[in-house]
Amino acid sequence: MLMTKFKAAAAALAFAAAPAAADVDLQFYFPVAVGGAAADTIEELTAQYVAENEGVNIEAIYAGSYQDTVAKALTAARGGNAPQLSVILSVDMFTLLDEDLIMPFDDFATSEEDKAWLNSFYPAFMENSQTGGKTYGIPFQRSTPVLYWNKEAFKAAGLDPETPPATWDEMVEMGKKLTLKDDAGNVTQWGVRIPSSGFPYWLFQGLTTENGAILANADGNEVSFDDPKVVEALDYLVDLSKEHKVMAPGIIEWGATPKAFFEGQTAMMWTSTGNLTNVRKNAPFDFGVAMLPANKRRGAPTGGGNFFLFKGASDEQAKAAFDFVKWISGPEQSAKWTIATGYVAPRPETWETETMKAYAAEFPPVLVARDQLEHAVAELSTYENQRVTRIFNDALAAAITGQKTSEEALKEAQAKADAILQDYR
Amino acid sequence: MLRTRGWIHAWLLLLPGFVFLIAFTHLPALTTLWSSFFTTPRGRRPAKWAGLENYDTLIGDPIFWKVLWNNAIYAAGTIPLSIIIALVMALWVNRQLAGRGFVRMAYFTPTVLPMIAVANIWMFFYTPGFGLIDQIGGALGFGQTNILGSANSALFGVMVVTIWKEAGFFMIFYLAALQTIPTSLIEAARVEGAGGWTIFRRITLPLLMPTTLFVSINAVVNSFRMVDHIFILTGGGPDNASSLLLFYIYEVAFRFWDTAYAATLTVVLLVFLMILAIGQFFLFDRKVHYR
Amino acid sequence: MTADRILNTAGAWALALIWVLPLAYAIWTAVHPAAYEARFDLFAPLTLENFIKAWNAAPFGRYFLNTFVLVTVILAGQIVLCTFAAYAFARYQFPGRGVLFGLVLLQLLIMPDILIVENYKAIRLLDLVDTIPAIALPYIASGFGIFLLRQTFMSVPKELEEAAQVEGMSTLGILVKVYMPLAIPTYLAYGLVSVSHHWNNFLWPLIITNSVETRPVTVGLSIFSAIDSGVEWSVINAATLMTSGPLLLAFLLFQRQFVQSFMRAGIK
Repeated sequence: MLMTKFKAAAAALAFAAAPAAADVDLQFYFPVAVGGAAADTIEELTAQYVAENEGVNIEAIYAGSYQDTVAKALTAARGGNAPQLSVILSVDMFTLLDEDLIMPFDDFATSEEDKAWLNSFYPAFMENSQTGGKTYGIPFQRSTPVLYWNKEAFKAAGLDPETPPATWDEMVEMGKKLTLKDDAGNVTQWGVRIPSSGFPYWLFQGLTTENGAILANADGNEVSFDDPKVVEALDYLVDLSKEHKVMAPGIIEWGATPKAFFEGQTAMMWTSTGNLTNVRKNAPFDFGVAMLPANKRRGAPTGGGNFFLFKGASDEQAKAAFDFVKWISGPEQSAKWTIATGYVAPRPETWETETMKAYAAEFPPVLVARDQLEHAVAELSTYENQRVTRIFNDALAAAITGQKTSEEALKEAQAKADAILQDYR
Repeated sequence: MLRTRGWIHAWLLLLPGFVFLIAFTHLPALTTLWSSFFTTPRGRRPAKWAGLENYDTLIGDPIFWKVLWNNAIYAAGTIPLSIIIALVMALWVNRQLAGRGFVRMAYFTPTVLPMIAVANIWMFFYTPGFGLIDQIGGALGFGQTNILGSANSALFGVMVVTIWKEAGFFMIFYLAALQTIPTSLIEAARVEGAGGWTIFRRITLPLLMPTTLFVSINAVVNSFRMVDHIFILTGGGPDNASSLLLFYIYEVAFRFWDTAYAATLTVVLLVFLMILAIGQFFLFDRKVHYR
Repeated sequence: MTADRILNTAGAWALALIWVLPLAYAIWTAVHPAAYEARFDLFAPLTLENFIKAWNAAPFGRYFLNTFVLVTVILAGQIVLCTFAAYAFARYQFPGRGVLFGLVLLQLLIMPDILIVENYKAIRLLDLVDTIPAIALPYIASGFGIFLLRQTFMSVPKELEEAAQVEGMSTLGILVKVYMPLAIPTYLAYGLVSVSHHWNNFLWPLIITNSVETRPVTVGLSIFSAIDSGVEWSVINAATLMTSGPLLLAFLLFQRQFVQSFMRAGIK
């Protein structure tokens, strides 16, 4: 209790520009997953809003990683002092509902303008934000995976440096040309790298979507891990190493992936758009960014965090929180945020601003993620999300490391997930 | 009268320490058992009596058996090796040696650096392709390795880091013990014609017995407790191949928010430690007596 | 004899080089640009940029302060509580002595580190989640500390105590003026173990803290290194060196005294 008060005081100092006699006080938790600049930007934007809106005081609390933020919000809520607003992974929506902590934004969208605003986001982002006909999350720091390729390596392999693989088959074909060996037969450069440590399901969902599978239903209580299309996608992933030998065998570390790309260990990599700024700054060669290759269709998951509105807020607080979220998702604010972090601006309107147009003209790869959105689907999300995705991750790891066949692994995962999810049907 | 005053003094002296000991060790150990008989409370459903349901789940949980087995391997691999290496280090640093200061400093470093930070460094060593091990291996003509990314070597990779960390720490205890062994004893043995190996086996090793016991208790506890590096190195993967009991407890409790099942897992851990405790106390009684 | 000596020296050095490698690598990456993380070129340019970057990227100053406060609070608490308890065990006969001492020894095996689930509940009940006292509380009473000090106190000659009693010193006075000074090497050895342990402790602080104001450096480091955009070893290692620097320096300077205090403390 004392600490909370102390923190409130500290925050009050930080926002000295805010009006002294604030009518509505809001607490707002946010995580940062891409380094320090993001936190500064959120704080700046919040301060700007507070300065422009008399009678509202917002305390923006940097809560650490996504894990920390959801933990902190859960603990605070259980202790009866939930924040009014928090940015949390969009996939945690069902967990938050299960804990009975959040309320829909629809209740506060009273005017026509508000309702139009609720409908102004890219549909791919809203898939993870709505259930049972209600909108519980407003997209904020959202991303999607893309393919990065090393143009110099392509040239050296006799490939057109401007043409990335557009299909699964092309990725294998090009990968074979791009995989280089030394005299002893040891690989010095791999064709492609799809990291599989930590949360392999996310990039793998690119493959399942491209193969026409949807992993979970919109109610978050059914999964289709053993769908033949999912099995086929996993076979493809496993075969990249086993059959075609264009990707390193075993689990591939997510964190070391950009470095492996810079070091020329791999000619192509799949990773988040959140890496764009990093790659631009550190790649010692010319590189390109493309949509993930297609099989039956184009496809990719979305990722990242949404705004959630917490129960326990008074009516005034909820209204003020709603207004703040609406403001921060406005075109200029959103453009500023996107440019600072590399997250994908979640509304088409943002991309129409002069700021964004100028930015995209200067650095066209940022458009790839936006253009991919029309093919994108919801990130895997269910009730008891951490547990269910963990089951899926374990199955993927078992298949990748060759302990089980894709089919065995996924059948088992399906059975385990069903056992957990049947309570929610 | 005087005697009871002495009693009261003693109890008062013990009171503050025991408040904390009981509040954060003994009581939670008991409430863990209690919690394991209930379901996990969720927002919409409060906790209710579950009887042995959690234990049923436990027996049917393949991950539990896997992490238990992993933990056994982890203990069997790290405990003896780190103790032997620590002893060898101490023996080396205790003798005349060119550059002894540097060597001792090198052995000390693991004690000072946080596990969470060195795990990042070890991750670089293990990284396939451009990591240190592969760079050295590559220069010698070996192919790429993927120690942390293969199911049969990930645990091994984690164990190496543990041994590195522990041996340096245990060495300090051995070094202190070695320096208390009277040199006259060794001189005398030498005069009688005993060789280096005989002296070590007949004099040094027996005199180090109390230290070995102390260190081995520490090593046993650590084999259940040291999981920090797993967070960075493997996250318990691939497919739980490098997960340990405490790491699994953490995941169940603080990622899945299933505190009741986490309590059940903790009960198993406590039972193991109790068995070890009883065993150790017997050993203590036999070999070392505290006046 | 000489061959034996050469062999031993070579062995000791080989092991030392392996053992110091992580630290050497941390220093290497921290003072060179990121491009040299995996390239060991003798003529790589030197830079301090990584330290500046690390310092600006996360509130390490604050984390550092948190850790400092944390280890100080824990050590102070431990010294007071363990001294009292150890003295009682060393010098008093009272009912329950055996059982209570057994409970103390039990904590050598069942450490709070393992009881994260229930201790988290307890801290939540006390409404102390995300505070520095919450990190410290489970460790304030240390079975190891009580055990160690009891050993030391028992080796203090009874005559010294009796002489002090004749002079009319109170129990507390005897403890502070007679026993504690004689146990200084034990306090030193124990203090160093305690400080290095809690400086580097991770799991419990990870669970119980979730804001900048309370996070110790280990948790700060882990968040800092687990970002979406991949591992930057040069910056992480610079951060590691910055945050472990004081401890590292203290150990390097005092390693001889450290071992000696262990020796005199009778930890063997």
